[in-house]
Amino acid sequence: MSAAPASADDRPAIARGFRLQWEPAQNTHVLLYPEGLIKLNGSAGEILKRCSGTATIAEITADLERAFATSGLSGDVLRFISMAVEKRWIVIPR
Amino acid sequence: MDRDSPMTAPAPAPAPAVAPKPGPPLWLLLELTYRCPLHCAFCYNPTDFSSIGPELDTADWIRVLREARALGAVQLGLSGGEPLVRADLTQIVVEAHTLGFYTNLITSGVGLDEPRIAELKAAGLDHIQLSFQDSTRQMNDFLSSTRTFDLKSKVAGLIKKHDYPMVLNVVLHRLNIDHVGEILAMAERLGAEYVELANTQYYGWAFHNRAQLMPSRAQVERAEETTRRFRETVGQRMKIYFVVPDYFEDRPKACMNGMGSIFLTIAPDGMALPCHAARMLPGIEFPNVRNMDVGRIWFESSGFNLYRGDAWMKEPCRSCPEKKRDFGGCRCQAYLVTGDAANADPVCALSPYHGLVTGAAAAGAAVPAAPSPLVFRTPRNSSTIFG
Repeated sequence: MSAAPASADDRPAIARGFRLQWEPAQNTHVLLYPEGLIKLNGSAGEILKRCSGTATIAEITADLERAFATSGLSGDVLRFISMAVEKRWIVIPR
Repeated sequence: MDRDSPMTAPAPAPAPAVAPKPGPPLWLLLELTYRCPLHCAFCYNPTDFSSIGPELDTADWIRVLREARALGAVQLGLSGGEPLVRADLTQIVVEAHTLGFYTNLITSGVGLDEPRIAELKAAGLDHIQLSFQDSTRQMNDFLSSTRTFDLKSKVAGLIKKHDYPMVLNVVLHRLNIDHVGEILAMAERLGAEYVELANTQYYGWAFHNRAQLMPSRAQVERAEETTRRFRETVGQRMKIYFVVPDYFEDRPKACMNGMGSIFLTIAPDGMALPCHAARMLPGIEFPNVRNMDVGRIWFESSGFNLYRGDAWMKEPCRSCPEKKRDFGGCRCQAYLVTGDAANADPVCALSPYHGLVTGAAAAGAAVPAAPSPLVFRTPRNSSTIFG
């Protein structure tokens, strides 16, 4: 896919038809979509649950760094979001 | 279910001697009814459906949803037959949505008018997959033995209007596979975002009609080429899945990701099955949700444990390194073609019965298209021919 890579001031949102959900039986976030599901690891779940369509990637990153008392996450977050856009899990309204 | 979803992807741990405790039945398919306004000759439903006992009532279905969700089931297919013939469909969707299922309606579209779709949307229905039989009114109506083409086109419009992704499913076989270009053009006109071109899987009515439905290899290759070219022009607007007919392959599909690993089907009469075709496997007493809860069915019943792990396998599967990838293929196909469900799926070139599959596939090139002997899926045919 030739979509432009995500940038810090984009506001990603979960794509139409997809639903992010916490599954207690599996102790994990899952991303549900027509006829399938993706089990997410911890960090993927934490990023996606912040993709509200209102927060920018920069804000999401800052929030994650605060929540996990760490820094330097912006590269990882951008990479994950770009991958998720390519897979159509999330969209970036332009 | 044939899509390249990550649900089919997880690699199993190194082959254990004893089957490990399975995970939850992530995918629950409720076949709410065998009643259907269409009479498709390629239907995988059991040919003797007319003799199968009464349908579960609303309270039973709701109990099944609760028990399965408690185990961790999360994807829900509502299918049949035609699920829209159930007057309680909305009630079932409300319950499923409240429980946290992702709800998929798999439908011919017959019975889906504006009030009904609005009601289902409000109930929380997540997704609709609409089937078409062909790109032309004539062929669609012939193949389904009904007059439904115009209605389906209208339903496609309703699906768009109510902001659902437009997902079309077309079952391919020798009578329509040459129309793939027209089918894709129709899909584009209807605004489809996803199109599944699913070659017929030979179970139920389709197995009975196999000689009439089997395409030739040349037809399959042309259809794939047409699809490839269409993909290039349509780009990202439409995602097309082409499900290759397994009779033309030399390795089997990882059917159901191994029986009893993630899929649970409940048939209209409450019979619980590890795949929707498994009812016809002989000598297995599959449990029924009327007298066993879903947890016991999934973890303890013999019907669900029979083909877990690999202790049941015969050669060439038993010693085959690929068994971890394909689980020996499809038990139902092994039974239908070789007479023994524990044999390797004969689609596999390593199966001593592979010739039965290549023979049937080659016959697709030899037999002239002869629509008249198709046996349509009607209650009358079901009771007079298969009863």
